[in-house]
Amino acid sequence: MSAQRVGFAAAAAALIVRDLRLALRRSGDTLQPLGFFLVVTTLFPLALDPEMSLLRDIAPAALWVGALLSSLLALDLLFREDAQDGTLEQLALCGLPFAGLLLAKTVVHWLLTGLPLVLIAPLAAIALGAPYAAMPGILAALLLGTVALSLIGAVGAGLTMSLKRNGSLLALLVLPLAVPVLIFGARATALAIAGEPLAAPLYLLAAMAVLAATLAPWALAAAVRIGLE
Amino acid sequence: MAWVWFHRFGSPPHFYRLAGRLTPWFAWPAALLCLAGLIGGLGMAPADYQQGDGFRIVYVHAPAAWLSLMVYVVMAGTAAVGLVWRMNVAYAVAASCAAIGASFTVVALVTGMLWGRPMWGTYWEWDPRLTSELLLLFLYLGYMGLRNSIDDVGRADRASALLAIVGVVNVPIIHYSVIWWNSLHQAPSVMKFGRPTMPASMFVPLLLMLAGFTAYFVALLLTRARGEVLRRERNAHWIAEALGQGPGCKV
Repeated sequence: MSAQRVGFAAAAAALIVRDLRLALRRSGDTLQPLGFFLVVTTLFPLALDPEMSLLRDIAPAALWVGALLSSLLALDLLFREDAQDGTLEQLALCGLPFAGLLLAKTVVHWLLTGLPLVLIAPLAAIALGAPYAAMPGILAALLLGTVALSLIGAVGAGLTMSLKRNGSLLALLVLPLAVPVLIFGARATALAIAGEPLAAPLYLLAAMAVLAATLAPWALAAAVRIGLE
Repeated sequence: MAWVWFHRFGSPPHFYRLAGRLTPWFAWPAALLCLAGLIGGLGMAPADYQQGDGFRIVYVHAPAAWLSLMVYVVMAGTAAVGLVWRMNVAYAVAASCAAIGASFTVVALVTGMLWGRPMWGTYWEWDPRLTSELLLLFLYLGYMGLRNSIDDVGRADRASALLAIVGVVNVPIIHYSVIWWNSLHQAPSVMKFGRPTMPASMFVPLLLMLAGFTAYFVALLLTRARGEVLRRERNAHWIAEALGQGPGCKV
């Protein structure tokens, strides 16, 4: 038994590196939510008219519904394998703050789904007729919104991680809670496309991201502990 | 010492007897209050000068909408008591709340839609109150879905309790963001319940209905919680004493 003591920061960093490495070795799975996002946003012009003025009106809805659903896709796997092979139990027992370690796992989820989505969103936004001048606003809104979505979704993933079939239940649990993020995110995007000041919904999005970052880790730790029993 | 009453409340046989004894004290006032409220609201209150007789649906709609929110708070509160003190009876009460709350939410939605048909000319308008009622219904459905998909009662209790607490933190955020969203899209709705200018002949029946619905909820909750306690304790000895006076009565 080695007596080496590991601090929280080192442990969290090691956890993030491990999860990222695991995700990179299965890059197919990791890229799926992104492909899903692009496909969903492509469906809107096909289902509607490819007329740019119309598309510009529905662009916020298409971007945010796509972001919400693709963030949901990757949640199912967030804790499942680590719960099955006992990793989460070891994390719960290791004496370091469990909520913090789970927050590190949530950060990985955001790095793998939220951040790439923010980076790829300009492509979808331009295809939907958003002007180039709107990009900074759209990116800021998505950056803040995806952080909140990852945190809210992680609580749902923790609650359902030990269930056999949880895809649709997870959606039912998480989507109503994500409604405020959807409302303010889509509003900020619409204002950005219209070229109007969008500070108000951005501040509210930031407030929700901060609130989620403050409260969600505790709820998440409680949920995962219940799931591990 | 002072907490003895509280811990006695957590004992299933005690709760079962107490709830059984309390139920008529809520059920009868509920029936009388609702009867008085309906007579006052449907018979004696004058028709609204703008909405005519259509406004009378408020006597069912407003109490149902009020209870749909209150039941969620009661559910989260009892679930939190269960989590903190590991009290099985509190979990049983929380579990009994969900279906009642979801039913009140459906009643509020349906009566809101029926009211909207003559007033707005359509059954569904994306009115902020109706929309947040709909989202509340989804929260109830999620709670029930989570309970149903976990086989072990103890784990279902704890997981759903946590979900109820997360939900109750989010309900005000969802409600106000829906109002904010809606105020940007359309002019404020004409719906103004509980305005202070409402004459007493309209307002008193509404208060009677609110009190009656609340008493009805308590009676319903006590009855359902007794059933839930019986189901959970079905192998305990006290049930034979509580139920099986006659010979040959087996539980």
